[in-house]
Formats: sequence, structure tokens, C-alpha cells
Amino acid sequence: MTDEVTPEVAPDVAPDVAPRVETFAAGIVGVKLGTVARQIAPDEPPPLPPNDQLSVIGQPVPRVDGRAKVTGAMRFTVDVAMPGMLHARILRSPLPHARVRRVDSSAAARLPWVRAVIVVARPDDPAHAVLRYVGAPVAAVAAVSPGAAEEALRLIHVDYAPQPFIADMDAARAPGAPSVHDAISLPAGHPSGWPAPQDLPVAGNVRGPAISGRGDIATGFAQAEVIVEGEYRTEVQTHCCLEPHAIVADWRADGLTVHMSTQFTAGVRAELAEAFNLPLSRVRVVVGGMGGGFGSKSSLGTYGYLAVALSRAAGLPVRLVLDREEEQTDAGNRPATWQTVRIGARRDGTLTALSVVSYGTAGVAVGAGIGNFAEQTYVCPNFRAMQHDVFINAGPGCAMRGPGNTPGAFALEQAIDDLAERLALDPIALRDRIDASPVRREERRIGAARIGWGQRHAPGADPGPVKRGIGMAQSLWMANVHLNAACAVRIVRDGSVTVMSGIQDIGTGTRTVLAQTVAEVFGLRAEDIVVRIGDTDFPAGPPSYGSRATASITPPARTAAWHVLRQLCSEAARMLNVGADDLIAREGRLIVRDDPARGLALAEVAARLRTEGIGAVAARSDDYGGFRRRMGDAALAQQDLGGVQFAAVAVDTETGIVRVERVVAVQDCGRPINPLLLESQVQGGVLMGLSYALFENRILDQATGRMVNPNLEQYKLAGAADSPEIDVVILENYQGQSATDAYGIAEPANIATAPAIANAVYNAIGVRPRSLPMTPAAILHLLGKSPAGSRVS
Amino acid sequence: MNRFALAHARTIADAAARATTTVADAMTAARSNATRPASLIKAGGIDVLDLMKENLLAPDMLVSLRDVAGLDTITEAPDGGLRIGAMVTLGALAAHDMVRRRYPALAAALAGAASPQIRHVATLGGNLLQRPRCWYFRAAAFHCLRKGGGHCFAISGESQYHAIFDNRPCAIVHPSSAASVLVALDAAIELVDADDTIRRLPLASFFVAPGRDTERENDLRPREILTAILLPPPAAGLCTAYLRQGERSAFDWPLAEVAVALVRNEESLCVHAVIVLGAAAPVPYRAQAAEAALLGRRVDDNAARAAARAAMEGATPLPRNGYKLPLFEALVHRAIMAAVAETL
Repeated sequence: MTDEVTPEVAPDVAPDVAPRVETFAAGIVGVKLGTVARQIAPDEPPPLPPNDQLSVIGQPVPRVDGRAKVTGAMRFTVDVAMPGMLHARILRSPLPHARVRRVDSSAAARLPWVRAVIVVARPDDPAHAVLRYVGAPVAAVAAVSPGAAEEALRLIHVDYAPQPFIADMDAARAPGAPSVHDAISLPAGHPSGWPAPQDLPVAGNVRGPAISGRGDIATGFAQAEVIVEGEYRTEVQTHCCLEPHAIVADWRADGLTVHMSTQFTAGVRAELAEAFNLPLSRVRVVVGGMGGGFGSKSSLGTYGYLAVALSRAAGLPVRLVLDREEEQTDAGNRPATWQTVRIGARRDGTLTALSVVSYGTAGVAVGAGIGNFAEQTYVCPNFRAMQHDVFINAGPGCAMRGPGNTPGAFALEQAIDDLAERLALDPIALRDRIDASPVRREERRIGAARIGWGQRHAPGADPGPVKRGIGMAQSLWMANVHLNAACAVRIVRDGSVTVMSGIQDIGTGTRTVLAQTVAEVFGLRAEDIVVRIGDTDFPAGPPSYGSRATASITPPARTAAWHVLRQLCSEAARMLNVGADDLIAREGRLIVRDDPARGLALAEVAARLRTEGIGAVAARSDDYGGFRRRMGDAALAQQDLGGVQFAAVAVDTETGIVRVERVVAVQDCGRPINPLLLESQVQGGVLMGLSYALFENRILDQATGRMVNPNLEQYKLAGAADSPEIDVVILENYQGQSATDAYGIAEPANIATAPAIANAVYNAIGVRPRSLPMTPAAILHLLGKSPAGSRVS
Repeated sequence: MNRFALAHARTIADAAARATTTVADAMTAARSNATRPASLIKAGGIDVLDLMKENLLAPDMLVSLRDVAGLDTITEAPDGGLRIGAMVTLGALAAHDMVRRRYPALAAALAGAASPQIRHVATLGGNLLQRPRCWYFRAAAFHCLRKGGGHCFAISGESQYHAIFDNRPCAIVHPSSAASVLVALDAAIELVDADDTIRRLPLASFFVAPGRDTERENDLRPREILTAILLPPPAAGLCTAYLRQGERSAFDWPLAEVAVALVRNEESLCVHAVIVLGAAAPVPYRAQAAEAALLGRRVDDNAARAAARAAMEGATPLPRNGYKLPLFEALVHRAIMAAVAETL
């Protein structure tokens, strides 16, 4: 950051209105805080000063719905009940690969308490006649109770012709392995979820490589004085939202209303309008309380489609809630990966070449790539990634908290530590040399001090069987912004203020953040603001995925509130006989800036309004200074989101148990709106990363293709007793890019944890854990203590 | 889960008369004789309701023992031992003063089991009689040997949590942590039938290995109720220890557990040694070679290590559970040292 920046022209300022230039705070508080001049549109609010000059934004405001959650008052989708509501269940494939020859649902349909039956697997339809994983939907019924629906499922007779199947990624790559897909079913898409190149080759069950790169990789390795290479494996992680996927669909003659546990009300509405050929205006999607979403609740899904189709067929509302086995097998997952990382460097640490070859499996789906972590985190002129999707007969993967970059960082951050060791450099010193991010440099410095990096010792130095170690790893994620994001703010005659948007609060604290943003404008407290969200009848909200909700919705919230305030100030200015620009909002009053004793309560001004209330709607404008890239409604801000995490572990070399004793997470997200919520988000990211590192694994029985641990007893999630002390530091990193300058945190907080733990384990025992999860079986195997021939699952 | 009637028995004889079958028999009979009404005993209900939710059991009636007087008490026996009613909860037992003072290994095993919520409801009787947690056994889709099928899926499949001893033709591990300690403490049990006839036998001989019968883990007979667990008074100089290791720090099944009971004479030589391994075999496993390695010897670190090595003699690990050998070896060594440290 420099103190003086040339004003940049924002790209979509309309030519007929004069933009203005404003000066914004820029830089990291406590390190170097300067200013940047930005040219902004005339209807943008004035620059928001740094948090230490604000009264609500930047404060640790408790979650506005916290009390409702802990007292059980919060209503979730599963709590929605309607008169006449039916209950749906889905019949699922017991086989990993089968052609359906016949489905007879007549006995089920004849039951008096069954109101609708839909057959998904239709023998006469080549696109739907083949089931490719255990748990694939075959049919669905709606009946008067869940038990009645279960009973109806048992009366649906299906004639399956079993097909050869493959449930292991390595075996699926072998020549002659049974084919998972045919020409019709083969999915499109890029391994890392980006728009698909048209011509990715397919050979057997392997699709790819998708090649990305820069420079010349062969030249780069030829220039290298040191080369390190390693193979890394990550396993499938399932989402395990506490609240299952749930929908209540209510199809009526005048339109469709859907209550759904969703990360994107507006997106689901668009999907429904298209799938059922309805005008958007006749589709309403609503979500109240939500018990988590990590990517798997981003779209309508087959279950959502079926609930709506059943409601249409039955003419009654239909409730469909997935059970835990369905959650584990057919609600998406983080794909498994196998990566070969090769790095070439000069003796001083400068990178000359970086190559990653990845094979990953998202089951029957695509998207098992490694993201952009290796491509963009470090300075290296010659880079190449070759990413492949491998199909197996298993439930489809989908985006999950930091997709691609999370497994990508697990591999690359260990490889970088490998390189540091080969070069006899401290891992932080090497990163200082090859990481151009000034933000992460500060984060490394802060984190190193807090974890006690200076006391780090050589592997195995502790006496006794328990060895301690310290490791670190970095995070990189895109600062995403969703432009189809809007907010309405309204004040009514009693002076009360409401903020409205279609955006949903999936548990991250969006309600609270919106209340704070609007309260700051009016000089009110967060609890004074009524937040009404999660309903497509309000202005379109952005999705709560890709760490973009706060970045997308707080700027229009502040802008809309500012427009309302300006109108109020005009009224008050007349009443006080001052200029509107002389008024400021403070503690529920509009006061004269230079004569604070003079002023009016908001309610006094609002009481004089000509109509019951006044409101304003604002949409997310472009980032001041423009975006790095824009694709439809989505855009990428200029900067990346970073984060550096440190882990201190204890490894029992006799039992193989890894305990994470302490994690220091230093993260950045532009302007922090609420440190309490941010800390909570980072703790969640660390715990999810720890759980991924040590415990989680979807285990498929190879003889049947069936998941053997489709529950929360045998699929292991980290528990309270496994939680380390988590020290969270949030940087204030201003860039002056929007009305709030806030960006995301959810995904960056998850990406670095597993590799930080892995690097700490290496520092403890001197053997590198290149595979996840780091179970006692895996650690004892690594240490050479298991008998010859033992395998780690 | 099916609909079922819930009855409350008033006496043991009443309960025994109304419970037509055992859980094990109900699970294998379900296929051949599905129409015969089945009624089953419910103690805490933790396991039987799990089995019902997993669609492995569909009884017409559950007969609750909650109202039967005297089943949830802990009393001191005339010989100085303890009589523990089968309906005593794991939580109550772990917190019981006499258990904590005289049988600390038992208290330790119970305190680490499951979660506080489960320990508050689960009973010692139910804990001993619960069915195995093998993921093939617990999934209706796998018609395995233990459910009357023809095949153990684990032996050639996902065996990471399975037995390393006596694992043919079925590789389950016994699910009860309490059982391992109780066997080490030489506990007995009392069973009562509908005629009020009492059957008393050592707990160790109650368990049934797969070699004898793959469809049950114990010798509970139809119309028979487990009423009490009897602990002998601790022998003079008895020192005990219990260690478990799960993947998670809490609320997890053990990968390995070890219960040790030792007595040393005045010359500090070991004169009595019982070492029981849990999560190692289909029934609580006596590591006799390890016991023999200690008998007649001074129990020091070398002896403990030698015993720990001996404990793994005869192990037949499956492809995915070889890691249990070094893990058990570490725990046996540590448990022996913990036992003798306790009485220093």
C-alpha cells in the first residue's frame, strides 16, 4: 500500500452523472495505514473511516439471533408445518451400478395414504435408466406421515440389472476398469469448478487433464539447483451440516412457495422457475434459521426438485428432510485427491518451476481439482497444473468450504516446507522470499510471535514417546463479490428501521452484520434494527458461498441506509432551519454537527413524513477501482484473501495419537465488521480443518460400493475434547474498495489448518504425513511400527 | 423404526415371562419367522432402540425393567464385595464412592465410555449385553454371518476397527468396556428366569466366542434376565489399571483398551496377574502369555515391556488393523506400569 494512489475510474459510472473523488483509509492498522484516492459514483456514501472511529461497525456485537437459537425459539425449515402437509421419502439405489429394467410403483400408489409417487429411474429413458452409486434416487413418494411414506417405499418393486462397478480411485484409473459413465451421462465441467474447456479428453474413467500454466516448466526445472517432489493424498470429507437438507414445497395455482434450508434463495428461485417453467415472480423461496451450509446447500438439488414435483402432483404442501445416511451418501462431499507436487528452486529459495499433477474423485461428478492455491500463492515464473477427474461409483462431490484450495494447500504447503528443509532455510524465511503478499508477511510475523516459533526444535527432540512440534501453513482464497445483491432499508413514522434482503443467514451472522451496518448509518444500536431476510420477496440477495456474503451485501445495506438518512436529513434540515449537510446521525438523533445540542430524535423527524415510511433500495456497485475479473453476476476483487495458521501438536509415537494443543490463526478480510462473529467463523474453520486432518473419512466397502460409516458415530468428527486452544487474530486491512470495504473469511479460515497440522507433525516426529486423515493407524504406519503388509484405509 | 408397545414389568419373574426372546434370537429369527410376535427386554434402551432405528429389530413389545424394584442399587456384599444391580447406570456406578475407592479401574472404564448423556441412561446390564458395533453388522444391507448370513464382510473388507485375535469366522470386537475390567476383576453375574430360578456364573464364561456360535456374544437364554453383577472383594495388595485409546478424545469407541489386575507378594514378586484386552477379540481377551510373563517376576519396566510383547503372541491381524499390535503393546506396557505405580 502506498500513501498516494492515482484515482482510478470506476468502470460503470454512468457518463451523465459526475463521479467524485474521495480519500479512503488504506493499509493494515498497526503496520502501515495510509490513504488511497478513489473516484466513486455520486450516489455512493462517503468513505467509512477506520473502525476505531465507528461506534457499531467493528464492535463485538453479540449475534442478534443468539438468544433465539440457544433457547430453541429459532424456527428452522424442519419446523415448518402447514395444514395438510405431506411427508416425502426417496427410494434409493441399493447397488453401486445398475440398469433399471422395471419399476412397479402401482402397489405403493394404491395405498390410500399415499398422495403422489414419482419415478426417477425410468427404464425407457436412457438418461435416467442407469443408477451409478449406492443411494442414487430411484423414486419418491409423498404420504400423510413419514412412516406411511417409508411403508410405501417398501412396496415399490424395482428390477435391477447389476452392472460392473468400481469404488476405488486408483483402481478406476487402471485400463480395463469398469466404466462409470456412458456418453450420455458423462458430466461436463472443470476439475476445479471453473467454466469447462470444451475438449477435455476422456480415457476410461479419467477426464482431463485440464492444463493451466505460465512460463515453461521444463526450462524452469533445468534452471533449478534443488528439486523436491512428493505425493499427497486427501480423503473424502462429507458436509455434516447439523441441520439436514430440508424443504417444504407448497405448489398452488397462483404460484409456488418453497421453504428450504438453502445458501442461495435467489439461485434456488431461478432454478425452480426454469425447471417448472414458472415466471420468477410466481416463485418464492424462504429460509428462516439455518443450521449450517458448507457448499452442499447451494442449489435446488434432486431432492428439492422431487419435493416440488410431488407437491404439484398431490396438490398439497410436501415436506422432505434427508436423514443422516442420505446426508452422508447423496448430499455432496469434498472430493478425494492424489497429487504429485514438484518444485524447483535456486539455492537462495527463489522458485524456478512448480508442477502439480492431480487426480481426484468426486464420485460420479466432476470438480475434484486442486483450485488455484499452487498457481497463485507463490512467485514462480514457470508453473503447470494438470488436473484430472476420476469417476468412481460413489455419490457426487460438490463445492465444500474452500473447494480445491483446501486439498491443494495440504499438498503444496508441505512441499514448501520440504523445500525449506532441503535449502536449510526456516519455513517462514523461505516464504518471506517467495510470497509477494504484504498481508501474509505480516500474518506470518504476528503468528510466529504468538505460537512461540522461536522455541521450535528439531524433530524428535523430546525425551519419551510423546513428541511435540510446531508447524505453519498459508491460505489463499479469492475475494469474491456477487453483484446481483441488493438491500432495502426503510424507516417508518415511529422512527423504527428495517433492513430487508433475500440474503440468508446460514449461521455466519449475516443478520447481525446487516443490523450493525445500518445502525452505524443512523447512529442507532444494532439491536434497534429489524432485520428481515431469507425471502425472495425482498430485493435479491447474494449466495452465502464462496466467502462473499458480507462483501456483497454490506455495501448496498450501507448505501441504502445512507439514502434514507439523506431524505430524513432534508426533512430535519427544514425543521431546524439548517442545511441538510450540516446534520449528522448520533445516538438516535439528527444533530447539527457544529452545535450538537441542537437536533431532533429520528422518531420526531419520521413522524413528520408525508407517507407512513420512506425507503431506499441499493444494489452492490462495482468495487471502487474496478474488479480483477467479472463473470456474469460474480466478480473478483483486486486483492486475495489470505491467512496464516500455526499449529502446536503432540504426537504419541507409541499409540499414534496426534493431539493439536494450540492453533494460532491470523486472518484478513478487509474491514472486520464484527470481531466476535469473525472469531467464531475462524474457530469453525480451524475445527473443520482439524477434523479433516485427523478424523474424517468416507469409507466405501469395496465389495459392495456401500459407505460403511454413513452416520455420525462411525464417521468421525472432531469433538469438544479434541478442540485445541484457538488464538484468533483478525487484521484490519483497508483498501477503500466499497462502501464498507468488507470481504469474506469463511473459506480462508479452513484452508491452512490441515497443512499447518501436518507440518507440525513433521516437526514433531521427523516423518511427513502425506495422507489424510492422520489417524493412529496412519501415524503408526508412517513410523514403521505396524506389521509388514498392513494397509491404512 | 416400527411401532411397538411398551410394557412396564413390576417383578423380574413378570419381565422374564413377558419377554419372549433375546435380542440375538430376535435378530436371526426375524427372517424365518417374521410373523411370530416378539417382545424384548428394555433396560436403558440405548442399544435396543439403536437396533430398531437401524431396521435390524422390529419387536412388537418392549418390556421395561425400570419399575422393577431393587435392580438399580449397589450394595456391599457380606464378603466385602459389591453387588451391582443390572439397572445401575454407568454414570451412577462411575460416581459411586465405593467403586471409586476399591475398583478404580472400573470407575475409569465407565467414566470414559460414550458421552455423559448416554452414561446417564445406559445401564451396566445393557452395556454388557449390547450387540457389537461392527459397521457391517449394524447395516441392514449387509446380511452378515452374525445376522444369520453366510459371510463376514469385515475379514476381507473394512477391518480397521475389528478383532486381531480369534477373528475367524467373524471379526467383531466385544463392545463393552466394562466387560474387560469386570473380567479382570473376576466378576460374576446373576441371571433369573420366569420361575425365579437363579443362575450364577463367572462373567468370563458367560461370553460366547464365534467358534462356538457366531450369532450371539453371550449365553443369555430366552426368558432370562440379567439381574446383578457381583464383584469379589479386592484381594490384599491388588493393584489395577484401565487404559483405553480411541481416535477421538471423547465419545468414541476404543481402538484398544487394557485392564490389568496384579498382586505382588512381600518380595515384590508378581503372584497374580490378569490382563484383559478389549476391542481386541469377539469376547474380552485374556492375554495369558503376558500374564505368564509377569508371574513370579518383579514388575519393573523391563518386565512390563516383555509382557506387552507377549500379549501380542498369536495375533492374526487383518489387512487394515495391523496398527493395533503396536498400539496394544504400548497400552499393555503403560497399564502394567500404571497399576504398580498406583500402589507405591
